[in-house]
Amino acid sequence: MRATIFSKSGLLMPVMALLACGAAMAQSPTYKVGRPPTEEELRRGNNIVGSDGKELPPGKGTAKEGTPLYAAKCSFCHGKDGEGMFPNPRLVGGIGTLNTPNPIKTVGSNMPFATTVWDFINRAMPPWPYEKGASPDRSLTPDNVYALTAFLLYKNGIIKETDTMDKNSLVEIKMPNRHGFYPDPPQSAPDKDHSWQPYWDQVKPGADASVK
Amino acid sequence: MNSKKADRRGFLKKSAALAGLAIGAIPFASGKAHASVTPDLIDEGTSASKLGVTPDEPTIEDLAYGGRSSYETIERAHTVGALGGQGLRNLTPLQDSIGVITPSSLHYIVQHDMHIPNLNPHTHTLMIHGLVDRPTIFTLEELKRLPAVSRIHFLECTGNSGVMHYKSYLRDLSVGRKDMALIQAMHGRTSTSEWTGVPLSLLLKEVGVKSEATWLIAQGADVSGRAKSFPVAKAMDDVIVAYGQNGEAIRREQGYPLRLVVPGFQGVNNIKFLRDIKLVDKAYYLQPEISGYTNTKPDGMATWYESQVGPKSLITFPSDPHRLQGPGFYEISGLAWSGRGAITRVEVSTDNAKTWKDAVLQTPVFKKAHTRFRLGWNWDGRETVIMSRCTDEYHEIQPTMTQLAQLWGDSREPKIPASEIMHWWATAPIGMFLNNPILPWRIKSDGSVHDALYITLNPEGGAYPGI
Repeated sequence: MRATIFSKSGLLMPVMALLACGAAMAQSPTYKVGRPPTEEELRRGNNIVGSDGKELPPGKGTAKEGTPLYAAKCSFCHGKDGEGMFPNPRLVGGIGTLNTPNPIKTVGSNMPFATTVWDFINRAMPPWPYEKGASPDRSLTPDNVYALTAFLLYKNGIIKETDTMDKNSLVEIKMPNRHGFYPDPPQSAPDKDHSWQPYWDQVKPGADASVK
Repeated sequence: MNSKKADRRGFLKKSAALAGLAIGAIPFASGKAHASVTPDLIDEGTSASKLGVTPDEPTIEDLAYGGRSSYETIERAHTVGALGGQGLRNLTPLQDSIGVITPSSLHYIVQHDMHIPNLNPHTHTLMIHGLVDRPTIFTLEELKRLPAVSRIHFLECTGNSGVMHYKSYLRDLSVGRKDMALIQAMHGRTSTSEWTGVPLSLLLKEVGVKSEATWLIAQGADVSGRAKSFPVAKAMDDVIVAYGQNGEAIRREQGYPLRLVVPGFQGVNNIKFLRDIKLVDKAYYLQPEISGYTNTKPDGMATWYESQVGPKSLITFPSDPHRLQGPGFYEISGLAWSGRGAITRVEVSTDNAKTWKDAVLQTPVFKKAHTRFRLGWNWDGRETVIMSRCTDEYHEIQPTMTQLAQLWGDSREPKIPASEIMHWWATAPIGMFLNNPILPWRIKSDGSVHDALYITLNPEGGAYPGI
């Protein structure tokens, strides 16, 4: 009898799995437009790095190597020691200030993942020059980006000046603010009625809206 | 009358060739001169009247795309804003708005790059890849062949109405700036257009989304590769890959030739110059999503990916900068919207929140779009405070500033004393997030209209947002 039940459910499972797959499986193309991308196009589109670092390229760098790079490419806007220069953000310090009336958000105090820093420097920095028609300077190599990321982590007291950052060690870094955000992981499905609202339904009616 | 027949084709050709020259220039639109007459049509002592066009009329050239009367000069106001000099911000002049559609030329711009790319529509493509069955590149022409939708939706920058813009406005005033109204400075980062394009859900079904793909990253072709991630569940709901704005191609500064429209979500999701969508299995924690678009609470913890704009309304007339001409009848007019759906009610108070009356809503009311409300009012000439409060179809109500600050501050320990919460909200650099408080205007007996909210917050100190 047990065998029968098992074989029944044994049959059921693959069938259900098939059905579930069918629902998740896409229909074949309906409109027959578009073309597959080339390897090069896919490679370019895969340049955004997530927290598990899958997309990090080969390369490495230390804070020591990053120091002259920072001076040449970054201090212009972010200050000699990463202290920031309005309107360009401060990069160093502020750890422990987030729960004070004057929270200072920097790479060290606010970033939950070191990979985010790597990704941003790689794709968006430096953004100067701004002269008409000039393209921003995107000449940083992956090694450069590892070195600059290491430099910022070192200045924020998270790694040593000689620690090597590469696609494996970068992912291992535990940032001070790793658990500073909620809900973690972020909401990926709506609440009822297609709602993604954070808390607007908590507003009680009839509040006094008068001003002095 | 001319003896010489004006050869229209020749005239147009020559005019085009001489475009930019000041010969016989005739003012049009905002006083800018256009080349309008060619040298062979001007004899000594004659003017453009040879063509039957008097000097203050538009030329044939001008009429090709049309323009405003020279008496209509309202424009977006450019600012660097409180976030600093990085990027462009051009603010919609809500004080002059009528109806619900923002003219395309006045749609707000918030851009974190200093450059606006000039993308070629004939070569621009959109690649959808990652956790999909069939990675695909679509040309713009192919996208335009697919079934389209047209929807009226608002866009609103996350930081709109944030206290930091008040600091910025005061700074602008202190250097003698006169071209930006307070309502524009504080609230001008929102506009509504009719967007036309392909539903993203159609494209995602076409490429086949794998079941483990729960997030996607959309990236633009602007200089810094501006990107934003949001859940696939939202993409499958009502997101549009748009190429049309108000009946024509998206304006260049609005992301030509392709942008995302993510209805009801904070503005940063509406990626301009869209070129890439990658399906992934988790949020990717991009730098802006951590530094700019998080909401740090008093206990140091921060919420993130809070995307949906709340119910919000404001009176656009009378507002700061208007001045009423004396006691009498005025129609109070304003806009209301909600990121969750349709506005169902707008109440207006003309006596500093003692009593409220229902305003009339302009119909049809569109979901996740600016809705115009109107209320007739006889002003008795005495100083008063007016304000509006909206409710959406899910019974969500626009909060007061105190309620908004409490929502932000009270949710976690340590609890901020009520007496301090407004100061904390006003001074902390994170007091800039999805701000939808009731927005009061004070009307003085001389008819001048003034902000009545931000002036009470008296923000001092506090750093600007860093990373």
